[in-house]
Parts: sequence; structure tokens; C-alpha cells
Amino acid sequence: MTKKTKKGRKSEASNSGLIDITQKKFRWSDYLAEKIIKGVAFLSITIIILIFVFVFRESLPIFSSAKSAEHAEAASNTTEVQETYGEVTDQPIVEEVQETYGEVTDQSNVQETYGEVTDTSSTKSPAESYAVSDGSGYDDNQSALKSLASKDWYPVSDKPRFGLLPLIIGTFKITVISILFAAPLAILAALYTASFAGKRLKEIIKPTIEMLAGFPSVVIGFFALMVLATFLQEVFHYDTRLNSFVGGIAMGIAAIPIIFTITEDALTAVPKTFNEASLALGASKWQTAFFVILPAATPGIFAAILLGIGRVFGETMIALMATGNAAQMGLNPFESVRTLAATIGAEMAEVVFGDTHYNVLFLIGSLLFIFTFVINAIAEFYVKGKLMKRIQGK
Amino acid sequence: MIKSFKKNIKGILIEGLTLSSALIIIAIVVVMFTVIVIGGKDQITWEFLTSFPEDGMTKGGIFPAIYGTALLVILMSIAAVPFGTITAIYLTEYAKENSIIAKTIRFAVRTLAVIPSIIYGLFGLGFFIKFVGTQMDNAFLGGQLKWGQPNILWASLTMSLLTLPVVIVSVEEALKTVPKDLRAASLALGATKWQTIWKVVIPGSISGIMTGTILAVSRGAGEVAPILFTGVAYYLATLPASLSDQFMVLGYHIYVMTTQSANVDQTMPIQFGTTLVLLMLTFILNFSAIILRYRIRKKKTD
Repeated sequence: MTKKTKKGRKSEASNSGLIDITQKKFRWSDYLAEKIIKGVAFLSITIIILIFVFVFRESLPIFSSAKSAEHAEAASNTTEVQETYGEVTDQPIVEEVQETYGEVTDQSNVQETYGEVTDTSSTKSPAESYAVSDGSGYDDNQSALKSLASKDWYPVSDKPRFGLLPLIIGTFKITVISILFAAPLAILAALYTASFAGKRLKEIIKPTIEMLAGFPSVVIGFFALMVLATFLQEVFHYDTRLNSFVGGIAMGIAAIPIIFTITEDALTAVPKTFNEASLALGASKWQTAFFVILPAATPGIFAAILLGIGRVFGETMIALMATGNAAQMGLNPFESVRTLAATIGAEMAEVVFGDTHYNVLFLIGSLLFIFTFVINAIAEFYVKGKLMKRIQGK
Repeated sequence: MIKSFKKNIKGILIEGLTLSSALIIIAIVVVMFTVIVIGGKDQITWEFLTSFPEDGMTKGGIFPAIYGTALLVILMSIAAVPFGTITAIYLTEYAKENSIIAKTIRFAVRTLAVIPSIIYGLFGLGFFIKFVGTQMDNAFLGGQLKWGQPNILWASLTMSLLTLPVVIVSVEEALKTVPKDLRAASLALGATKWQTIWKVVIPGSISGIMTGTILAVSRGAGEVAPILFTGVAYYLATLPASLSDQFMVLGYHIYVMTTQSANVDQTMPIQFGTTLVLLMLTFILNFSAIILRYRIRKKKTD
């Protein structure tokens, strides 16, 4: 303590020939290293903010121009604008996408409108369509904003309607199915690993889960599309081969490692004294596991399920490959659905930069971002605080 | 007697229930793995791995996709590993454990880890391509379109954001295994803090940095959603030669062949082959990461 306060005087003493070993020499390299490291560490915060800003920024025109559109007269050429969408991007894939979707889903209604657009667009020149969409991009924003709450998702038609409802319902359907499938399996397996399993079995189960976590989602999607869909159809005898049930199971497989890992962490974090006290009171192993350890870890399990939901909610590739991709409102699990994330994935490559459809897709992105952000925040703060309190016995 | 027997039955039932859930999960992994291996093993030949696709993907190999994947993960690692390592160093060496800054950064890292990959794709499109790329074009090329469109540079940068948390978490874990005594000894010998980190802490946790890199590469090789509209292409006749070129990727190749190609049945063997290649790639990477991490943990307990 005294050394620190006398620093100033000591440096004077060093002038008189004494070497001062208590005083730190100011080094540029150290100073710079610390500043750079600190700067880089803030990068992750910066990225979050940037993601927030940029994903929102691209979706804003829907709202801002809807106001300015009040002045603009409803243009009759809106229809023309819409027809030119497919054109500028002119990707040959566009047509094929719709065809394969059609085969799978039998959604004649949706498919027809898609087909029209690709046909008409091919006759126009790119220059023309640019001019049109630039000039009147504002006019259709107002109707787009109104149509967000509607029941139809027809982004590429004469009168585009961007009803998010079927997409949201589809996403929730898939999420419910996959969590109903994955959560019990993963939680019970984690309970087994934490409470019953011998060392050798543990060494099989844990790496297997890690391997499953390493499965690329495209591979799981491929498996679902090629094998699972056929298998489940044979077992349950439903009509459409790709539906929310298949997609839900496949996404459940993807969510199992997350739920398992976090649940297992929570279970092993329960202090040993809980276990010992329970056993000492005469409870058996399973009673301890089921009535002591599991309840003590509930906040952690809750967090695990939340993060599992977050994973399923944003999963894109499996949704694109295994759900059939038809925007429908029904609650039947054996119908094809289209999720929010899959909509972005399927349509973003084909839209014109800056038009309403583009903005709506970014709006969907913002929704997904907010949703996962909130889920993570709840899991992080609320649940962890509760878990700590419970374990420390306050 | 009867009571304890009932208790036992319950116990056996519950233990059996939990055990069977664990076994079901293992079975799912084994089934997925076997199905893909059986379906794809006849496809894997030297020619398949080293030649270009032919006849609308119905024949030929997947070399450009392998090459593109490799290029993508290398560029991605160059961006993600240094930044991830430095962030981890800050968190373990400089920041105080419970300071608000450290807590905020940790929260940000965990948020980055749970943001859906498609959002990264949107961000890559909105930020890298439409914002940075367009600005670059306006500034250097007078508005000529070069960087303001999807290419491998933006795709790898987008991917590096996605894998950043993976690197941070594993490096942090490894840094924590370096004993405090080593740091104290170094400081006591007169080394500065930075010298200690550079000469003692980082060499001591090099295997952790390796683990982080491998896990990041494995994640990056398998993800498709972030690059869907930031640079990937279905078919290119040439390999990407510069940073502003588009590229092919294994995962996207699988996706397009299974859902969007006109002749799904004809390309079936190639689909299985490509999936097997991707799966083996991530499998080997993950496996080596698991072994490395196991060694680090063993060192920690010794």
C-alpha cells in the first residue's frame, strides 16, 4: 500500500543513481496491445448492433414510404411493377424452384401465380423494369403494409399480398412439433446421463450427441427429404409427402443436442449435497433423480427448451428441404407449411433490390432476430438468476 | 414387501424410460449415418472427387464444390480466428470477471451464437454487399459493379461472423487451463503483461485455439443459409480465381440438387455422394476437435 502512494517520490530517487524496481516502466507495446485487444473485444457487441441496424434499415421503407404514399395517388400501373419482379434477377432456377415445389405440395393456387410471373417477365427488357420499379416503388408499399396482417402470402402476383399470418402459423406449428419431439427425448436422456449412466455409457452418449451437433443442417434436411419423409408416410399414411410433421421431426433432431447439452449442464450443476441429503433420507436413486435433482434444475431445463425453440425457429435449410414450402393456414400437422426463415431463404435470391418484396423479407428477418434475441435474453438473465438462487438456497 | 416392490418397479420404469430416450437418440445418429454411408459409398471415387460436374449435374464429380468449400473456410478462418482469439484473451486476461463490460461482451457472444444463420445471410447482403461493397465500387471503380454483388469475400466474412462465437468459447476454455502460477512466475521475472500473454499464455493454449479453429471450420463447411445470397452459385464452369468471384459449395450443391433440379432421380447417387463427402468432412473435423478438447480437459484435471 505504501509503495503505491510513494511512487512519485521514488522516481525522484531513481534520478540520484538508485535503480528503482518498484516502479513500472511505461511501455508503448503493452499499452497498444491492451488498447487493441480491448477494441477487438468490443467487436462482438458492434456486430450485434450492426446486424440490428442493417437488417432493420432494409425493412424500414415499408413503414416510412407508406406515410409518404398518402400523398401519392394510387397508381394504376402497380400491376405492371409486380410483373417485372422475376425479370431483373432472371435466374433460371426460379422456374425450377416453383415446379418442384408444385409437385411436392399440390398447391395449384400458389404455383399458378408464380408461373405467370416468370412467363410474362421474360418478354420485357431489364432497363424497362428498372425504370418502372424505381418510379413507382412507393405506391405499392401502402397496400403492402396493410396486407401484412392478411391471410395470403402471394409475393409475386399481379396484386402482391404479403400476409405474414400463414408463415407465422407455419413456423409455430413446426416449432411445437419439433419441441414436442425433441424436448422429452433430450431431457430424459440428459437425466439418464447425469444420474444413472455408468462411466462407459457416458463416454458413448456424450460424444454421440456432440457428433449430432456437428451434423450440418443440410445433411439432416437431406436425410429428412430422402428417407424420413418416405418412412413416415408409410407409417402414418398421409397425402402430402413433405409436411410440417416431417419438418418438425427433422428440426427436432437438430434441436436435440442443444436441449441435451444445456439440460445436462444444469443437472450436473445441482450441488452434490442435494443428492447426498436425499439419499441419506432414504430416497432411492430414481426418486432422487426425479424429485430432487430434476426440480432443482428446472430453470436450466426451461432455458434449454427456450434455446431449442430459438434454434428451430430460425432453422432455414431443413425448413426449405423438408416442409413442402406452401404457405397455408391450416392446423393439420400433415399439411405442407412455409416457415418465416425458409421464406427468406427461398425468395431473397429472386427479388429486386429495394422493392417491397425485398423489404418485407428483411422485415421477416427483423422479426426472427428480435424473437431469438428476446429468447436468448430470457434464457440468460431470468433463468440463470433463478437457477443460482435456487442452488444457493436463497 | 409389496410397497418396496412397487417402488422398484417405478424405479426400473423410470430408469428404463430415460435409458431408452438416450438409446433412441443414439439410434437416430447411427441410422442417419449408416443410410448416408450406404447410399453414398459407391459414389466416392478419385474421379468423383476431382472432376467437374457434367450433363446438368447428372454425371461427373464435385471438385468445384470441394474447392469452393475449402476456400470459403480458409478465408473465414483468417478472419474469425484472430478476432475470436483476441476477444477470448480480453475476456480471460484483461477484463474483470464481473465487470459490466465483460458481462456485456459475454452476452453479445452468446447472442451471436443463437442468431439464426439466415439472419447472418441478410446482414451479409445488407451490410457487406449493399453497403460496404457499393461504397467501395463508388469510391474506387466509379460506380462500376464489382464488389457490390455476391462474391466469395463477402460470403467468407459473413461466415466468419457466424463462427466467431465458436472460436471465442473454445479459446476461452483453453486459456483458463493455463495455470495461474505460470502467469505469476512470468510476471515475477519482470515480464510485462503483454509479454506474459504472448510468450506464456498463448503458447500454453495453442491446442485450444486449434480446437476452436477446427470447430469453426466444421461449422462453416456445413452452413448454407448465410451464403445463400452472399456469394454461392449452383454451377460455375471455372474455379473462383479472385475474391470477387462466386463459388460453389458442397452444402448448397446438395440443397439445389435435391430440391431444385429438374431430374432429381437421375442425380440421386451424386446427391448421396456429395452428402457423404460433406458429412465425412465435418465428422473428421469434429472428431479431431473432440479428441483435442478431451486432452485439454485431461491436462486441466492433472
